[in-house]
Amino acid sequence: MRIKNFFIRRKSREVAKDRLKILLISDRVNCSPEMMEMIKTDIAKVISKYMKIDAESMEIQISKTDSKGRDKTPTLYANIPILDLHKNIN
Amino acid sequence: MSEVIVVTSGKGGVGKTTTSANVGTGLAAMGKRVVLIDTDIGLRNLDVVMGLENRIVYNLVDVVEGKCRIKQALIKDKRHPNLYLMPSAQTKDKTAVNPEQMVLMVNQLREQFDYIILDCPAGIEQGFKNAIAGADRALVVTTPEVSAIRDADRIIGILEANNFSKIDLIINRLKYEMVKRGDMMSAADVVDILAIGLIGIVPDDENVVIATNQGEPLVGNGTLAGKAYQNICYRVTGKEIPFMEFEKGVSFWTRVSGIFHKN
Repeated sequence: MRIKNFFIRRKSREVAKDRLKILLISDRVNCSPEMMEMIKTDIAKVISKYMKIDAESMEIQISKTDSKGRDKTPTLYANIPILDLHKNIN
Repeated sequence: MSEVIVVTSGKGGVGKTTTSANVGTGLAAMGKRVVLIDTDIGLRNLDVVMGLENRIVYNLVDVVEGKCRIKQALIKDKRHPNLYLMPSAQTKDKTAVNPEQMVLMVNQLREQFDYIILDCPAGIEQGFKNAIAGADRALVVTTPEVSAIRDADRIIGILEANNFSKIDLIINRLKYEMVKRGDMMSAADVVDILAIGLIGIVPDDENVVIATNQGEPLVGNGTLAGKAYQNICYRVTGKEIPFMEFEKGVSFWTRVSGIFHKN
């Protein structure tokens, strides 16, 4: 496993690019990573009332540009994997 | 018609002053009437990079405070008769000047010059606000490092909020060998992240240090950085100059290996 890791070590260029992309999302909307984390936890809590979700792999981000890179109103995107759609509501 | 250009970056030490000196000198060499203004009050440096530190009598703060006329504070360059430097004050602090005074002074200079280049201090405080107040367009300088890019992004956001319509990016100190190894972000990566137009890529070049030691801008000489600055000057005037082969930062090998590493 170690040897494999050595060979497929991620280039620091890619690491830098990914870190910046995430960092700038929160910088640009003037919203700290802590606050994003709190929003994420709260959303997970609410959704969990109605269905079983995978809170671990859930992702949220705020974007100010659309898929073509044009400016638009900041929008919150949430990517929430659902494990069971029909959780019995107590 | 004159154009006021602010050279800014957010982060310190990425090459604002070197860029100002070289772009100003390059434009002057093209026959334009140029004035370089050092707006970093308390930490002036453009005078030493230009090799004009021994000629300072009056400075920016003296002009603003009415202690002298604008003309008295302008230092004529050694090399180009149509290039002038307005030095900053070394003993005052940033609050000695306000944005309104800056706009007033810049507008007076518009009558005599084609290009007014403002070398902006690091940070986003008073000095930065003074520098951007009178400017028509901005050159944002960054290096391909996370800290510099993050600050550049913040600066771009502030410039956009101040209705700057022309914001161009200069990527400084790019090391092609490191990009090839995958250990430095490429110019394309930086442009992708910052999402503004690219006006130049300056390779990491020891000649920049040598030129600064001598107080001689290297624009237009045979060095890689000198050529890169020359191209930036052409692009500033609106000429379409293709990026040099090395500027793309994509070697034959990365192109070949790209076939095997499709992500």
